[in-house]
Amino acid sequence: MSNAKNNDASQGMDFLQSVPRRWVTLYIPILIFVFVLLFPFYWMAITSFKPDSELLSRSGNPFWIVGPTLAHFEKLLFKTEYPAWLWNTVIVSVVSTGISLVASVLAAYAIERLRFQGAKPAGGAIFLAYLVPPSILFIPLAAIVVKLGLFDSRMALILTYPTFLIPFSTWLLMGYFRSIPYELEECALIDGATRWQILVKIVLPLAVPGLISAGIFAFTLSWNEFIYALTFVSSSENKTVPVGVVTELVEGDVYHWGPLMAGALLGSLPVAFVYSFFVEYYVSGMTGSVKE
Amino acid sequence: MMQPAVQSVQAPQARAHRQPSFLERFQNNRNALGWAFMLPATVLLVLFLTYPLGLGTWLGFTDAKIGRDGEWIGLENFRFLVGDSVTRLALFNTLFYTVVASILKFGLGLWLALLLNKRLPFQSFFRAVVLLPWIVPTALSAIAFWWIFDAQFSIISWALMKMGLIDKYIDFLGDPWNARISTIVANVWRGIPFVAISLLAGLQTISPSYYEASAIDGATPWQQFRFITLPLLTPIIAVVMTFSVLFTFTDFQLIYVLTRGGPLNATHLMATLAFQRAISGGALAEGAAIATLMVPFLLAAIAFSYFGLQRRAWQQGSDK
Repeated sequence: MSNAKNNDASQGMDFLQSVPRRWVTLYIPILIFVFVLLFPFYWMAITSFKPDSELLSRSGNPFWIVGPTLAHFEKLLFKTEYPAWLWNTVIVSVVSTGISLVASVLAAYAIERLRFQGAKPAGGAIFLAYLVPPSILFIPLAAIVVKLGLFDSRMALILTYPTFLIPFSTWLLMGYFRSIPYELEECALIDGATRWQILVKIVLPLAVPGLISAGIFAFTLSWNEFIYALTFVSSSENKTVPVGVVTELVEGDVYHWGPLMAGALLGSLPVAFVYSFFVEYYVSGMTGSVKE
Repeated sequence: MMQPAVQSVQAPQARAHRQPSFLERFQNNRNALGWAFMLPATVLLVLFLTYPLGLGTWLGFTDAKIGRDGEWIGLENFRFLVGDSVTRLALFNTLFYTVVASILKFGLGLWLALLLNKRLPFQSFFRAVVLLPWIVPTALSAIAFWWIFDAQFSIISWALMKMGLIDKYIDFLGDPWNARISTIVANVWRGIPFVAISLLAGLQTISPSYYEASAIDGATPWQQFRFITLPLLTPIIAVVMTFSVLFTFTDFQLIYVLTRGGPLNATHLMATLAFQRAISGGALAEGAAIATLMVPFLLAAIAFSYFGLQRRAWQQGSDK
C-alpha cells in the first residue's frame, strides 16, 4: 500500500497560496461537500426523534427538535418485527462472510502461490465473476432457490451472497498474498512443512490486514444487500433490515415517517460502527480492489 | 532360516525408501492441492453464479412463468420486448440515468478527490466521513431521500420557500422529469464517495516532484492538472468509471425504494422492470429476457475497462 506515503511531501508547495484563496478554493467547497453528503443522515436522525406533531407541522424550525421522543423507537422495537429482521441480518451477514472468507483464502492461495495448472485462467474467471451484477442473476437464482427448497429461508441468502463476496475477497486477498515474500515459504518447505501448514502458520498471520479488509468489506456488502433478500424471502419474520423497513413499515398511503427513519437509523448504525473502527482497512480494501 | 532376521533388519530401511503415502503425495502435488483448494469457491460460484447466468439466458428464450417450467419459444420474448413501449422507455431511462449520473459522479468525485488530497485540518476525519454514503445500506439512505423528496413535507421545498425562490412545494417524485432528476441526485450522492476515495488513492501515488519541476518551469495550476494529474490518473479513472457505470446501469434498490418505476414508468430502469415483470408479475421468462438485454451493455463496459488497463501497461512500459 503506497497510499499516504506521499502525504507530507506532496504538500510542499501549498505555502504559495494565500489564506483567503485557500478559503475560496478549498475550505468552502469541502464544507459544502461534507454538508451535502452528511445532511441525509442528520435528517434521518433528527426525524426519528421528532414527535409526530412536530413532523407534520409546517411552522417552526424543522432543523431542530423541541420535544425529542423515543416513541418511534419504542414502536419499532416492540410493535413491529424489527428485532427479528436485525437478528436475521446479523446471522446472514456473519455466516455468509465467514463462508466466503474461508473459500476465498483457499482459492486466493491456490491461484497466487500453488500455481497449479490453470491458475491463471482461474484468476481471470474470478475477476469476471466480480463483474457480474446481481440484477441480472436474481431471476434465474430465484428459480434455483425454489427448486432447492430454500425459498423464504435465511439459508437462501447465506448461500447466494457468496456469489458476490467470494470474487471480491479472492481478488483482494490475491493482492495481499502476492506481497508476502516467497523466501518465507521456501524456508518452511525446506524445514518439512506441508502446504497446509505454510498457509495456516505463515501466510495467514502475515495476511491479517488483508483478512480484516476483506472481512469487513464482505460484512458491509452483505448487510447492505437488497435485491436477493427482496426476491428470495417473503414472510416478514425472515426478512433482513433493509427489506423489512422498505416493505413492512410502509402501510398504505400513510407513511409512518418516524418509525421509518428510526428503522433506517438503527439499520445503518452497525455498519457505520464497524466502519469507524476499521476505516483504513476499509479504504485499502476498496481502493486495492480497484487498483489491481 | 535366516530370512526372518534379514527381513527384520531390512524393515527400517524399507520404510525410509518406500513410496510416500497418498496423503503425502497429495500434499506435495501442486495441481491436486490447487484444485482441492479451489473446490469450495468453485462449487459455490458454479452453482449460484455460472449456472444461473446460463439458466437466465435460456429462460429468456422460453415462456416460463412462476411455478411452471417453460418451453422453448425462440426469439418471441425479445420480439415482444422490442415492440413494447415500456421496455423501450426503460432502456432510454437506463441510458439517461447512467450517462448523466456517471458524468456528475466523475466530475464531482474528481473535484472532491483533489480537495481531499490537499493539506487540510482534520484531514483523516474528512476522508472517513466522506465515505459514509457509500457504506450505509442504500435502501435505508434511499428512505431518507424519500422523506427529503416528500411532496408535502420536503425540507428542500421548505428551505426554498423560506428563501422566497419558489411559491409552492415541488412535487419531486410525482412529475416524470422531476422524478428522473431526483433519482439521479440520490444516485450521485451515493456514488461520489466511491469515485472520490478511489481517485484519491490514485492521486497519492503521483510523485510530488513532477509538480515541483513543472512549477519551476512556470506551469499554472491548470496546466499542472491538465498535463500531469490527468494523464497519470487516466488508468485509474478508466477502472473506477467502469465500475461506476456498471453499478449505475444495473441499479435497482434506489429506484425500487424511491419510485418503484413511477410516475408513468418514467423512472423504470431495466433492472426494476425485470423485477416487476418477473417477480411481481410472474412472467419469469420475460423478466429474464429483459435482464439478458442488459448483458451487451455490460460487456461494452468491461471491454472499456480492459482497454483502459492495456493502455496503462504500455504507457508505463511494463510487461505486467
